Amino acid sequence: MTEEAGHVTEEAGHIEPKTIGKLRERFADQIVDVTVREGDDAVTVRRERIVEICTFLRDDPDLLFNYFIDVCGVDYSEFDPDMPRYGVIYHLYSLGHNHRIRLRVLLDEDDAKIDTVTGVWKGANWFEREAFDLYGIEFTGHPFLRRILTHHQFVGHALRKDYDHGKRQLCTEVWDLEFE
Amino acid sequence: MTSTAARTADLKLATRDEGETQILNFGPAQPIMHGALRLKLRLDGESIVASRMEIGYLHRCFEKMAEQQTWNTVIPFTDRLNYCSSVMNNLGWCKAIEDWMGIEVPARAQAIRVFFNEMHRIMDHCVCLGPGLVDLGALTNLWYLFTVREMAYTMIEHACGSRLTTSYLRIGGVAFDLHKTFWKEAEEFLTKGPKFIDDVRRLIERNRIFIERTRDVGAVSKEDAIAWGWTGPCARASGVNYDVRKARPYQGYDQLDFDVPLAENGDSYDRYWVRLEEITQSFRIMRQVLDHLPEGPIITHDRRVALPPKKETYGNIESLMNHFKLVFEGIQVPKGEWYSSTEAANGELGFFVVSDGSGNPYRVKVRPPCFAVAQAIEHIAVGHMVPDLTAIIGSLNIIAGELDR
Repeated sequence: MTEEAGHVTEEAGHIEPKTIGKLRERFADQIVDVTVREGDDAVTVRRERIVEICTFLRDDPDLLFNYFIDVCGVDYSEFDPDMPRYGVIYHLYSLGHNHRIRLRVLLDEDDAKIDTVTGVWKGANWFEREAFDLYGIEFTGHPFLRRILTHHQFVGHALRKDYDHGKRQLCTEVWDLEFE
Repeated sequence: MTSTAARTADLKLATRDEGETQILNFGPAQPIMHGALRLKLRLDGESIVASRMEIGYLHRCFEKMAEQQTWNTVIPFTDRLNYCSSVMNNLGWCKAIEDWMGIEVPARAQAIRVFFNEMHRIMDHCVCLGPGLVDLGALTNLWYLFTVREMAYTMIEHACGSRLTTSYLRIGGVAFDLHKTFWKEAEEFLTKGPKFIDDVRRLIERNRIFIERTRDVGAVSKEDAIAWGWTGPCARASGVNYDVRKARPYQGYDQLDFDVPLAENGDSYDRYWVRLEEITQSFRIMRQVLDHLPEGPIITHDRRVALPPKKETYGNIESLMNHFKLVFEGIQVPKGEWYSSTEAANGELGFFVVSDGSGNPYRVKVRPPCFAVAQAIEHIAVGHMVPDLTAIIGSLNIIAGELDR
């Protein structure tokens, strides 16, 4: 994966949509990679201004990505050894314009942190907790960043590639569910 | 002389400070929490002042296990996501691979898929509505709704040999063609089914207990529904006009005539009604499919994903090798990342898939519709009373299989 801003890969026959054009216009220095495929456009961006980028995607009248669909983690360690280890993938949808976009942020193994977007879409709350639980990616500023699918005694992160799928970890103690 | 009960009441009043709250664990053993959800409530009397939800009791790590499987052997795993509507999950998964590989599904297979897909939507809504109404004290509806569900299960059993976890779809088509009793059963289902639904409608539409327990209970505005990422009947009850079948039609849905029921208030009452209306629309779709069911193959001829016919496997070496390679090595999906979604019973069911070009998925992420819905419960519960939770959670249709995966 090249780190040069503006590196673009386009599949033959697809024209870059307006969504990516607007994003490129405003955040040219933040864009690392673009993949254009009808109905499944993806943009890789740097992590520093992710909240700003998301806010722009939500509020710009030509984009209006008001629907937060999903955020998830990916462990690329066995996919491509030259890539940073983790990916955070955002899926957004615009109800008014009926278009979608996928944002991808790549994070190094020793610095797997990114700002939370719960302030932009409150629906990101549990999805970020899930990515934190299963990959150990830290979402800075998240209001309640706790494990969500695995139990409180669970050690490690189950969806990382180096975690054995057959491993069992028992929960032996009760845990008080906090309010704040 | 006062009675024991009155003395106890006096004692409670005497020891209770103004503003005092207490903690109540609601679930996981509470019947409407399905044994898989827990809400910790802070109560002021019967009123909820704060709540915190805990999930994960049913977590099987579907996504991790999918990485150990071939692309086709993930299908039985998808059955267990929303186990009330397994074909809809099969469809979401198969469509994801077909979209990426550009597989064209034959018209007959598409029609069969849509027919069973809508039948599962009806069954899923029956499971939501029936026990949901039982929780509110309206028992009779369950027998009507589950009669419809039983008729559907009988058809599915005859179609693919199993009832709950069907694994009926294959990448590129369906596993079996329609059986000889299908037409008779389908006609009976489409004739009798809507009558049972009408019975339920008439039972509850003027039922004062149902109305008063659900009206303005757990109301979610359109803006909030969008902000929480709600999709499906819950969002449409809040007035969000979004249905994947209309927004991005697939499997020939654009050729079918049907409406998307919408409501305005977004309360539990509206959520029950939207589901009831959706059942009617599903019957309408199934009738259209049945009347125009095309002839032809039930699975694609594309040998990258579908086994060759047995006659060819036994007759020539290329087909025999093709068969061996597909069975032993599985489908070889090209390297890349993509997202595909369908309109499942609870809303947008999305599959984000990463392939490294081998015979196994590198990463599968399911976007379960009720995950987005469930995260709002602890917020909308606040301000209501404990018995209101029954109406709220029942109307949201939380399925732990897809919530926890």
